[in-house]
Amino acid sequence: MSDMKVVEDLTQSEYKWGFVTNIEAESAPKGLNEDIVRFISMKKEEPEWMLEWRLKAFREWKKLPEPDWAKVKFNKIDYHDVVYYSAPKVKPTLESMDEVDPELRETFEKLGIPLDEQKLLAGVAVDAVFDSVSVTTTFKETLKEKGIIFCSISEAIKEYPDLVKKYIGSVVPPKDNYFSALNSAVFSDGSFVYIPKGVRCPMELSTYFRINAQETGQFERTLIVADDDSYVSYLEGCTAPMRDENQLHAAVVELVTHDNAEIKYSTVQNWYPGDKDGQGGIFNFVTKRGMCEGVNSKISWTQVETGSAVTWKYPSCILKGDNSIGEFYSIAVTNNYQQADTGTKMVHLGKNTRSTIISKGISAGRSDNSYRGLVKIGKNATNARNFSQCDSMLMGDRCGAHTFPYIEVQNQTGQVEHEATTSKVGEDQIFYLNQRGIETEDAVNMIVNGFCKEVFNELPMEFAVEAQKLLAVSLEGSVG
Amino acid sequence: MTNSSKNIDVRNWYLSGFKDFESKLNGESESYLHLIRKLAFEKLGNTEFPTMKNEEWKYTNVNPVLETNYIPAFISEKTVITADDVNERIYTGFDCYKMVFINGEYSEELSDMENLPEGVTAGSIRKLLKEQPEIVEKYIGKNLYKENAFNLLNSAYATDGIFVHAAKGVVVEKPIQVVYINGSKDQNLLITPRNIFAADENAEFSVITNHSGIEGKSYFTNIVTEGFLQKDAKIKVYKLQNEADNAYHIERAEVDLKETSIFSHYNITFGGSLVRNDINTELNGEYCESNLYGLYFGSTDQHIDNHSLVKHMSPNCESNELYKGILDDSSRGVFNGKIYVRKDAQKTNAYQSNKTILLSDDARIDTKPQLEIYADDVKCSHGATIGHLDDTAYFYIISRGVPAELAKSMLIRAFVDDVVGKINIEPLREQINHQIFEHLHRVEI
Repeated sequence: MSDMKVVEDLTQSEYKWGFVTNIEAESAPKGLNEDIVRFISMKKEEPEWMLEWRLKAFREWKKLPEPDWAKVKFNKIDYHDVVYYSAPKVKPTLESMDEVDPELRETFEKLGIPLDEQKLLAGVAVDAVFDSVSVTTTFKETLKEKGIIFCSISEAIKEYPDLVKKYIGSVVPPKDNYFSALNSAVFSDGSFVYIPKGVRCPMELSTYFRINAQETGQFERTLIVADDDSYVSYLEGCTAPMRDENQLHAAVVELVTHDNAEIKYSTVQNWYPGDKDGQGGIFNFVTKRGMCEGVNSKISWTQVETGSAVTWKYPSCILKGDNSIGEFYSIAVTNNYQQADTGTKMVHLGKNTRSTIISKGISAGRSDNSYRGLVKIGKNATNARNFSQCDSMLMGDRCGAHTFPYIEVQNQTGQVEHEATTSKVGEDQIFYLNQRGIETEDAVNMIVNGFCKEVFNELPMEFAVEAQKLLAVSLEGSVG
Repeated sequence: MTNSSKNIDVRNWYLSGFKDFESKLNGESESYLHLIRKLAFEKLGNTEFPTMKNEEWKYTNVNPVLETNYIPAFISEKTVITADDVNERIYTGFDCYKMVFINGEYSEELSDMENLPEGVTAGSIRKLLKEQPEIVEKYIGKNLYKENAFNLLNSAYATDGIFVHAAKGVVVEKPIQVVYINGSKDQNLLITPRNIFAADENAEFSVITNHSGIEGKSYFTNIVTEGFLQKDAKIKVYKLQNEADNAYHIERAEVDLKETSIFSHYNITFGGSLVRNDINTELNGEYCESNLYGLYFGSTDQHIDNHSLVKHMSPNCESNELYKGILDDSSRGVFNGKIYVRKDAQKTNAYQSNKTILLSDDARIDTKPQLEIYADDVKCSHGATIGHLDDTAYFYIISRGVPAELAKSMLIRAFVDDVVGKINIEPLREQINHQIFEHLHRVEI
């Protein structure tokens, strides 16, 4: 079969974005103890309360067991063999793009983020996190006029301590799970967004993360708060350079929406997945959770997951306010030896709360792709409504696709629908397209794009294009 | 007192009772079954009863079962049961063979197994172990793996149960109805039926297991069932569970299917205070079919947990699963179905569906339909829905002058009909329909 050639070419294609930038990093020594936590806090020039908070989290972390329930297998991580802090040596404070280190700028350009152009063309404010420390923040002035705060979390800790104190850990408490405790103790940087009452953020806020220095764990902490009647769309995307050592990535993202507010959070995740033999790759253990605190509020998660060797990620919504809405749209693609265990939790607590889950899993090569989700209708969540659809597509006979939904209903007025299917790309569909002169490779691409369309539609324009490209690179032609 | 210490206490109780039990077995302690018993007894010493920390028992707290020290029925005082007691409980209106078990022990005089077709061996396992041990030994314990503490407890104290074997090409026309009458007025009993269903090539039979209880002390039924289907065999099992309100009921069934065989299981739960079923099938030959159907009706504070695992090990097989439930009062339902498709099991078609209706504010359902798939050329789907009775349909019916309660009953009847309708013994179907409304305390239609 000629398709086999295509399959081999594409499934064996190496990670395209593999390159390393040499910037002398000022790193903490390997290992984790209270002194390291203090070191990080000191480096970040944090106030006393933040250090206390970190230390408390660290003590909780020591007590917690490492979770083993996810359907992923990897060598045990030695948490004392990880560097928990590294920063580019010079931390520039910048007014204009010219002040940015040229080498850094080059890296951004390779990543497809021409900062200077982006400012003009895309109308997107970029808070670029380069290996744990914010290097530059654009569009700050424009946002400031509206009263929107968009800065690195370390800056926010210093500038807006009251806001940070009020919200940090309110959605994901440090002791929530093993990785959130770890993150709370050692988080290096991340973004902070606050949208004041009645403000509709005029542009998409976006942060590009990039892991750089070797053997550095990346521990971002993102906190987004949308006050009454506000709206914000936030984009997060990342690629990472090629490595042999496994890199640990344990982020925490917290979202809070007050009355009538809405947050739309989109992610394209393309961490280095390891080579075709399963060597290397990022371990991605993320805790993302949104709290619909107010009435009529809405949180929408959209994610395209193509990277990482191991993914462990469940963006969730707690629908506390009456009439609040939670949404989760996801595409997870695994190839070679990748393992993904991802899904969502929708916890309905308020009345008339609604949630939608659309999850598309595509597995190829020898990968394992699991959807794991929880829909919970609490006792007081009258007239709650959920619709879930989890479709899996298998490409190749050595991969696995799994669905583990948990549904817990404690209110008779709740209405829950869950549906899941597993299938492969139909031979008849390919045949049909072949007949019309479309090459197999393109045909598969079309079918996969059709399969994922519902999720692509939810992505903001810029991201949708990038996501489709990523998907094509990740598995185009994996079907024979 | 912590849960785990309770766990150890009750385990010690069952472990310490074993010597006494063993001494009363007389000649039976020489049998093959006793080897199984001793092995299980040893393993039980190292196996804890499951807790909610165990993923498979996440939603079911078994502590109520472990609170009482149940006396193995074999060494208890015997309960007297008359033919009238049996007639009160038996499903009627159709011709069938009849087996009666009192607290897990076969009653020859109450049973009626006359005129079995040639090639069929059916009756009490205990009796057959004495008369034709080789036929029982061929099957017993062969299909069990990863036994939990409850399964081991069954193996350790098993003395009797149903045995049905149909030789090559034998079709048993009449169903075999097994009436279990469980419980005692003055003792808390542990009842441990051990069942075997085996059909050779082209053989066919159906069994109705009718679990019933008598009012009295709480008892604990703990069943292990093994099924074996050879090429082209067909077995149907109708499980009608009407245990007493204060009874605990746990069953583990493991069924092995060879090529082109068909196994159908109809699992209908009415009784029991805490119920747990593990109905597992393994499709080990091409073109075989596993059908698991279930209905559960919870009222008062019943807890009904249905687990199933369908393992597709060979290509071209089909499996269907449909479980429906209605939960009223403060009852709780749990459903956990898993479809597993092995790497080589291409062209698998697997369907699974769980639908539940909640009739009260205090009722609760936790459902976990799972797919674990390692083959690419498959069609697998599962679905789960939870809701209440359809408001618009209800409004439509009452607007035509139908009394409210009757309208609700009509909707309930419609909801359960796609499972009840699959039962092809009509009088049985009618009696089940009657029971549904009786159990839910609703107007019958």
